Amino acid sequence: MSLAKRIIPCLDVDCGRVVKGVNFVGIRDAGDPVEIAMRYNEQGADEITFLDITASHEGRDTTVHTVEQIAEHVFIPLTVGGGIRSVEDIRTMLNAGADKVSINTAAINNPDLVRESAERFGSQCIVVAIDAKRVDDVDGKPRWEIFTHGGRKPTGIDAVEWAQKMADRGAGEILLTSMDRDGTKNGFELGVTRAITDAVEIPVIASGGVGNLDHLVDGIIEGGADAVLAASIFHFGEYSVPEAKAHMAARGIEVRL
Amino acid sequence: MSGLVAVIDYGMGNLHSVASALNHVGADEVVVTHDAELIRKADRVVFPGVGAIRDCMHEIRRLQCDELLTRALTEQGIPVLAICVGLQAMMSSSQENGGVDCLDIIPGEVRYFGNPLSDAEGNRLKVPHMGWNAVCQKRQHPLWRGIADMTRFYFVHSYYVHAEDRSLLAASVEYGVSADAALARDNLFAVQFHPEKSAGAGLQLLRNFIGWNGTC
Repeated sequence: MSLAKRIIPCLDVDCGRVVKGVNFVGIRDAGDPVEIAMRYNEQGADEITFLDITASHEGRDTTVHTVEQIAEHVFIPLTVGGGIRSVEDIRTMLNAGADKVSINTAAINNPDLVRESAERFGSQCIVVAIDAKRVDDVDGKPRWEIFTHGGRKPTGIDAVEWAQKMADRGAGEILLTSMDRDGTKNGFELGVTRAITDAVEIPVIASGGVGNLDHLVDGIIEGGADAVLAASIFHFGEYSVPEAKAHMAARGIEVRL
Repeated sequence: MSGLVAVIDYGMGNLHSVASALNHVGADEVVVTHDAELIRKADRVVFPGVGAIRDCMHEIRRLQCDELLTRALTEQGIPVLAICVGLQAMMSSSQENGGVDCLDIIPGEVRYFGNPLSDAEGNRLKVPHMGWNAVCQKRQHPLWRGIADMTRFYFVHSYYVHAEDRSLLAASVEYGVSADAALARDNLFAVQFHPEKSAGAGLQLLRNFIGWNGTC
C-alpha cells in the first residue's frame, strides 16, 4: 500500500449557499454547504474544497461563519478558495477552521503573497490555483496560458513556468483548472496536467471537465495528477464518491476505501 | 471520563479542528491555551503543531510551553498526545530551516524526505507527503484499539521523524523511506499524521486517547 490518490468534491458557495445545485437523495436542504460537506465526508471523500464566489464584502462574513460550521462537523481536510487577497484573509480562513487556502488572482497580482504566507503559515496550507487555457504557438507546439476573470482575461503568463515559480516560492500544492474544459464534461485537459505534474515536485490537483469516472482515471494515469477534483458529477448524484473510488481501484489506482 | 483536555496553543495556526474533534468524540472539557495554571489542572494534554519548525520552537520556548510539556509528562504524569510538528518538536533536532535544535524529549532526528524521492518501483514521489497513507502498526497500544493495522490516516509533511530508540516505534509509514508514523513511551503517544483530519479512524484514535489512563 502506498499514498492514495485523492478524490475531492468541490462546493461553489455564494453568500453561504451552494450554487449549481446539489441533488442527493436524503438531503434536506440542497443549498446548505454544511449538510452537503457532511454528506461527502460520510461518503468517504478525501478532502473538501469550498470555492467562495461571493462578490459582496458583507457576504464574506457569511463565508467565514460557514467555514467555521463545516470545520466543526467535518473531520477531513478543508480547502477554502475564492476572494483571498492578503495574508490577513488567509489568517481569517485558517482561524475559521480551513486547513488550506487557495490563492488565484492575488498570486498573479502579488507573487510575494505566496512566499509571505508560506513562511508565515507553512507551505502545507498554501494552494495556488491556476486557470489555464490552451494557446498554441504559431508552429502548433502546445502551450497553456493563465487566464483570469473566469477565463476571459489573458495574462500572458505561461502556466507551466508559473507553476514552477509558485512551487519555488513555497506553494504546497497546485490546483490546476483547464478553462477550455471547465463545465464541458469532456474530461481533463491532459496535456497541461501532465506538463505541470512533470514540472513541479509538489502535488497537483486536476480540475475542470469531469463528466464520467474514466475521466478521473485518465487524470491520474495519463495526467499524472495526485488528486482529482469534481463538482457536478457528484452533486447531481450521477456518481457517488464510493462508486468513483471503486472504479479507480478497479483500474489499479490506490484509493482510500 | 476524559476530564479536562488542554490543547497547548503556542500561536502557530488553527487548533480549532483538534478541539472540535475532541469535543466530537465526547471529551468532558477542552481548552485551547498556554496558560500554565490551566495546564497544571489538566487531566490530559494535546501538543499539536503546524508550520515551520524554527518559528514553532521559538514560540514554544518564548511561551515556556516546553516546561509545561515536561511537567505534564513527568511530574503530572498525565496522558500526552503530540501531533505532527508537535511530534517533530519533541525530537533532538530537525534538518528544517537549515538545522534547528528541538526539545530532545525523544532522542532522534527530523529528516528531509529528499529530492528526488522515489518508491521501490522507481516512481517519483512528490514532497510534501500529502494525503492518506497506510499506517503500519508496530506494536499493540491502547490507542490502536478498534483501528485495523494498515488503516489510512491523513499526512501532510516534508520532514519525517526517526527515533534513535527503535523500541518506541508504535507505527511506521512507507513513503520512499520508512518514516516513524507514531512513537509511544509511557504516558506519551506522538503521531506524525493528523487524527483530527483522518475521518473515522482519526476520531477513533482521539476517542481512545480521551479514555486512556496513560499506561501501555
